[in-house]
Amino acid sequence: MQLHHSKHHAAYVNNLNIAEEKYREALEKGDVTAQVALQPAIKFNGGGHINHSIFWTNLSPNGGGEPEGELLEAIKRDFGSFKNFKEKLTTVSVGVQGSGWGWLGFSKEQGRLQIAACSNQDPLQGTTGLIPLLGIDVWEHAYYLQYKNVRPDYLKAIWNVISWENVTARYMACKK
Amino acid sequence: MLCRAACSTSRKLVPGLGALGSRLKHSLPDLPYDYGALEPHINAQIMQLHHSKHHAAYVNNLNIAEEKYREALEKGDVTAQVALQPAIKFNGGGHINHSIFWTNLSPNGGGEPEGELLEAIKRDFGSFKNFKEKLTTVSVGVQGSGWGWLGFSKEQGRLQIAACSNQDPLQGTTGLIPLLGIDVWEHAYYLQYKNVRPDYLKAIWNVISWENVTARYMACKK
Repeated sequence: MQLHHSKHHAAYVNNLNIAEEKYREALEKGDVTAQVALQPAIKFNGGGHINHSIFWTNLSPNGGGEPEGELLEAIKRDFGSFKNFKEKLTTVSVGVQGSGWGWLGFSKEQGRLQIAACSNQDPLQGTTGLIPLLGIDVWEHAYYLQYKNVRPDYLKAIWNVISWENVTARYMACKK
Repeated sequence: MLCRAACSTSRKLVPGLGALGSRLKHSLPDLPYDYGALEPHINAQIMQLHHSKHHAAYVNNLNIAEEKYREALEKGDVTAQVALQPAIKFNGGGHINHSIFWTNLSPNGGGEPEGELLEAIKRDFGSFKNFKEKLTTVSVGVQGSGWGWLGFSKEQGRLQIAACSNQDPLQGTTGLIPLLGIDVWEHAYYLQYKNVRPDYLKAIWNVISWENVTARYMACKK
């Protein structure tokens, strides 16, 4: 947690600020080439900042268990059962090739929950339009010191610290 | 042996499956040195996990994917073949890349290349120092998981540096012949260097086998 927050996330924040400053200059000069050249840095560091900011709130020492109320009803409606949803998000997250994230998102278009995977730090909403509710970081830095190569064990463990309160709050906010 | 060094996969015959005859399967190549041989630059725990878990998984999953692909081919099922492509590329690339990587490293490594390879490096990068800085920068700069490569372009008859994502194999995706790969997946360094990928890059130059890189260069120059 310490490395993840104070080193990895901090680096995304610092590098995002640097990239945005350069982008501002390029905009002022009307320099399209420079703007395009800066896109990967904005996407990578901006996505990293967005994703981790959501992630810390998705986790809690008081987490675990299962959701209730409207969120649980939506999960049952869109995945059949909480068990099915949990298995699916786990499978998608374990199956990410390389670095990336597993997500529970909300599609405003279809008015339903969806599970998706993103590569690297690609932000869910910016790349798919889905509103992010719950993210599982499966970059190796998120688990390697403790779980080594056994990503499935990390997935098993993380369900114990999911803050359904936070995921519910995010769901209620985007349902409006 | 040059063939072992230059061939990126190793196969062994396994007993035939009934009337279908014998099938060639990929197998995990032995590490040419002990897990602790590259210390203090890359520690034993990393080498053991990297070889016996990560590389082994690519080999196993490649064999599984190839078996399914064989079935899809026999049925003429194009949809299934396309669906299997990511697994073949990921696990096949993983197997190729790591098989090259273990031979690129050596407890007797480090220093600088000599002879024809050094001349080519000077010609194509200006100096060995420039080349080393460039490959380091490219490797450190990979976003997410991937590899930094020194490769040879047969078309242009020159050396080139490239980065690949995930386990995308250099030759299969760019046509460049792989000479020297730097694995920058976090599993390659995290236990020892944590988030400080640049420190891992500094260290790995101490264990590069220029003998092996030279052999690969000489083989593809023909």
